[in-house]
Amino acid sequence: MLELKNVSYQVTEENSDIEILKNINLKIEDHFVAITGPNGGGKSTLAKIIAGIIQPTEGQILLDGEDITNLSITERANKGVSFAFQQPVRFKGLTVKDLIRMAAGKDITVQEACGYLAEVGLCAKDYIDRELNASLSGGELKRIEIAMIIARGTKLSIFDEPEAGIDLWSFNNLIQVFENMHKSIHGSILIISHQERILDTADKIVVVANGEIKDYGSKKDILPSLLAAPDAACKTLMDKLV
Amino acid sequence: MDQIEKTLLEKVADLHKVPEGAYNIRSNGKMAGRNTTANIDIITKEDKSGIDIRIKPGTKNESVHIPVVLSQSGLRETVYNDFYIGENADVTIVAGCGIHNCGVDTSEHAGIHTFYIEKGARVKYIEKHYGQGDGTGEKLMNPTTVINIAEDGYMEMDTVQIKGIDSTKRDTTAKLADGATLIIHEKIMTHGKQYAETNFEVDMDGVDSSANVVSRSVAKDESHQLFNSTINGNNKCSGHTECDAIIMDNASVSAVPKLTANNIDASLIHEAAIGKIAGEQLIKLMTLGLTEEQAEEEIVNGFLK
Repeated sequence: MLELKNVSYQVTEENSDIEILKNINLKIEDHFVAITGPNGGGKSTLAKIIAGIIQPTEGQILLDGEDITNLSITERANKGVSFAFQQPVRFKGLTVKDLIRMAAGKDITVQEACGYLAEVGLCAKDYIDRELNASLSGGELKRIEIAMIIARGTKLSIFDEPEAGIDLWSFNNLIQVFENMHKSIHGSILIISHQERILDTADKIVVVANGEIKDYGSKKDILPSLLAAPDAACKTLMDKLV
Repeated sequence: MDQIEKTLLEKVADLHKVPEGAYNIRSNGKMAGRNTTANIDIITKEDKSGIDIRIKPGTKNESVHIPVVLSQSGLRETVYNDFYIGENADVTIVAGCGIHNCGVDTSEHAGIHTFYIEKGARVKYIEKHYGQGDGTGEKLMNPTTVINIAEDGYMEMDTVQIKGIDSTKRDTTAKLADGATLIIHEKIMTHGKQYAETNFEVDMDGVDSSANVVSRSVAKDESHQLFNSTINGNNKCSGHTECDAIIMDNASVSAVPKLTANNIDASLIHEAAIGKIAGEQLIKLMTLGLTEEQAEEEIVNGFLK
């Protein structure tokens, strides 16, 4: 279980303090939780604070009751936190297999690596020895990023807008990937998304706007109000309805 | 051959035992083993130190290993090896030099390799340089490679220097005839106070000749690297050169490209990128559970793989 207690994050720009996150209190106990809300509302910052990439200016982060606020990225990763970047990182020279091996934390057979890639709809033999460089498309990198999280199989997996930069065809597959993951991953999945179809697979939805939690509840309570509100937090959803 | 020499051999030629096919092993300035085949002859030069390697036209799928090891501190040598590759042959040549210096004197190996690649012949040339030993004596290596490729000939050269050489000046020149192709992959890692200088000069003289010179390097600690690449397009041809370097600590890298098109149909490209390891790369690997040091090591190893 993940718990955020009074988490705030502020930065100083041109002598004025900007509050990115304001006193966030949140408990993630469910299997599949989606975070949504307008761009710039603080969703990605929240995910990075959980993964340890950003240190909060105030507050505490607890993982299964243990205070992990002052732990490094590596320490949190080893305690069971995984984080899929919104924009996957490219590496000259490192291959898909290298990354899957590092994610799994042990030497893996080609067959095992293939298993993880197959789960994200990639034909492993075409990809296993490919470098994670500019020759891969955004959609391919995104799937490999997700395959790494599956290979880790930790108790908390965070995905930052997995749908960003993915074409429509890939998107349909992506939904399937998350539906499968919902069934197969043991532990909590925390997914930042603007997409109705992804929100629809979640157990609970958190709405973050202006650095605050505006709403938190079960999908059936939150989703209708999100879609109905005239100035809905999630504009993408509105666009889909028009 | 003692254990130190065997280790050096493994490092520079991946040899655990006597290689198959033709070979010539040079150890501390003397021949330590040689084998020739029906198609590949190795002859000791009479006027100077070195060997001639003669490969008959049409020889296919054969290999030649010519490793050199130096374990005697203070030995300095210059060796001339000439390779004559007959028409339409297709061979792999593995050269390499390992120096173990546990003494105080400077050990140095300068190998001058000249290739004459005849019409339609194909050569894969692999060269590795490696130094070890904890003596204060320096380990120097100054390889020179002179490449002549005739019509429709092809050469691919992989040159690697990963560790232990204090100072190196690597000169490679090439002349390409009609339809000739040259591909060079260089990988260098320097550390401590090492210095590595690379000079490539390629003349594309023939119609439809092409050259691709790619260097990937990592400079650590206080080391310094200089990469000079000169490509001259003297005919309808295409040339590409690329220098990609990671700098760490207080190291420095200079990349100096020079492209000259002497023909309206010459098409030449240079790319160079030098910088430290990107922060997001480190963070990504740390989110997989690696420490910062482990992440750096994986990134560097992958980059030089």
